[in-house]
Amino acid sequence: MTDVEEKTEILMDHYRSPHNYGKMESPTAELLEYNPVCGDAVQMFVKLKGNMVEDVKFIGRGCSISQGSASMVTDMARGKSVEEIMGITPQHLLNLIGLPLGPSREKCALLPLNTLQKCLARLGRENVKI
Amino acid sequence: MPSWERIKEDFPIFRNLGSGYVYLDSAATSQKPMSVIKAISDFYLYNNSNVHRGIYRLSEEATEMYGRSRENVSNFIGSHDPGQIVFVRNATEALNLLSYTLGWELVSGDEILITIMEHHSNIVPWQFLQDKGIKLVYADIRPDGTLDMDDLQSKVSPRTKILSVTHVSNVLGTVNPVREIGKIAHDNGSTFIVDGAQSVPHMPVNVETIDCDFMAFSGHKMLGPTGIGVLYGKRELLEKMHPFMGGGEMISEVYRDHSTWADVPEKFEAGTPDIAGAIGLSAAVDYLRSIGMDNVMKHGRDLMKLTFEMEAEENIPGLLSYGPRNTDIRGPVYSFSIGEIPPFGVNQALVDDGIGVGTAIHPHDVASSLDASGIAVRSGHHCAMPLTHRLNTVATTRASYYVYNTEEDVRRLFRSLKRAAEVYSK
Repeated sequence: MTDVEEKTEILMDHYRSPHNYGKMESPTAELLEYNPVCGDAVQMFVKLKGNMVEDVKFIGRGCSISQGSASMVTDMARGKSVEEIMGITPQHLLNLIGLPLGPSREKCALLPLNTLQKCLARLGRENVKI
Repeated sequence: MPSWERIKEDFPIFRNLGSGYVYLDSAATSQKPMSVIKAISDFYLYNNSNVHRGIYRLSEEATEMYGRSRENVSNFIGSHDPGQIVFVRNATEALNLLSYTLGWELVSGDEILITIMEHHSNIVPWQFLQDKGIKLVYADIRPDGTLDMDDLQSKVSPRTKILSVTHVSNVLGTVNPVREIGKIAHDNGSTFIVDGAQSVPHMPVNVETIDCDFMAFSGHKMLGPTGIGVLYGKRELLEKMHPFMGGGEMISEVYRDHSTWADVPEKFEAGTPDIAGAIGLSAAVDYLRSIGMDNVMKHGRDLMKLTFEMEAEENIPGLLSYGPRNTDIRGPVYSFSIGEIPPFGVNQALVDDGIGVGTAIHPHDVASSLDASGIAVRSGHHCAMPLTHRLNTVATTRASYYVYNTEEDVRRLFRSLKRAAEVYSK
């Protein structure tokens, strides 16, 4: 199996059986974002304990890249601090996915990370007690 | 009937990409035959200079070539007067020109009637006029993807100042009855505009038989280069209209406080035009004429017939295609979904109610999977979001054909689709 085939298989596993999929009762924050070009949708739910992400879930609909990436992002986010999540770079996620994606599909891959970071940033701005 | 395999050889890109490459995105832009590429490079190699201005031989030659290109394009669409051909960048610019210039004459309460199957280029320029209190009205489609003529007729009113419709839908492939629609427009005293971006490349089009007041189309979708397009307009209308952009070429005289305009069509061609582009478009017209537009149309219909046959034969689970099945009113455009992809809100409401929403394969995955097999298709809303939503979806996959596509291309599309459907099924 080549590296790309292996990475494809990992992503497809996340797509077919996503981790952390579902709605969350009374989350600390939630946000729904779309990619208007293709209609991909990702809604993130986060429960914080202090500054730590105690739980994170998502629901979504879209291509294998956006939904597989959402599953990977939620795995990555659990147990991290808000600052740590805000510090995750797009390149870090793209490296983790590890597939040669064109510029349009990179947008699919980054939608879940952008949604999660936007969700947490808004939380900060709205000065919600955490 | 020409040999379509032979015609493919006129397009050097297929040699360069490898003969197995299947290009099915001609509704977005077409490939270019060697004759077009050569006409453009020859102009720069032997004839390059600016048009209209020079009193030297080279410039006079360039001016003559530019003028001959205009005449050629004029003849190609059945216009008796080359002065009715305005060179613009593309169909989008032609429609923006119309929105800007015709918009001057409109007042609050006036209405513009379009259809739900328009490309964004025949929607957004008219939306600009909403700030002036002008209303945009949409005629609907029937379930089979044809235009609902009763709905269109019922939305025509004394306030309808402009009726602007696409000749062929870039998503459904529907060929609209433009002569009939033109009669409805003119009986009502409305200006009639046709978006010919998907028709002029694929079928014989005669603007005088259609009796449209204006037609917009792009060179790059008809084997010509990018950056050149055409606005056809009836001379008496163009003459009455306010200019679009100001600058060189479009003026007769300029004083400190006012200017006078050049005659049509130069009045609408401010600045140095895309001279090489016009010459390239003219070469594309020659090429299409050498095949014959009747043959081009028949080839498109034959490929669509084969598409419907393959669709039935392969019977891919969940495959849903859009647009009329009658190939007599169908351009060579095939849009489809594999499984339904309702808008997210609807999707979640169904899930919440415990209703399974199936296992749709997203158009992006379809397109990526086909790309891996060397087949180029488009996925998304195809610059027609209102239509995509009207079809109760958010994105579709589209294959579109042209003269360099063969029956084998269609067969390969379906073989690869079948494989993609298996790989991505959950």
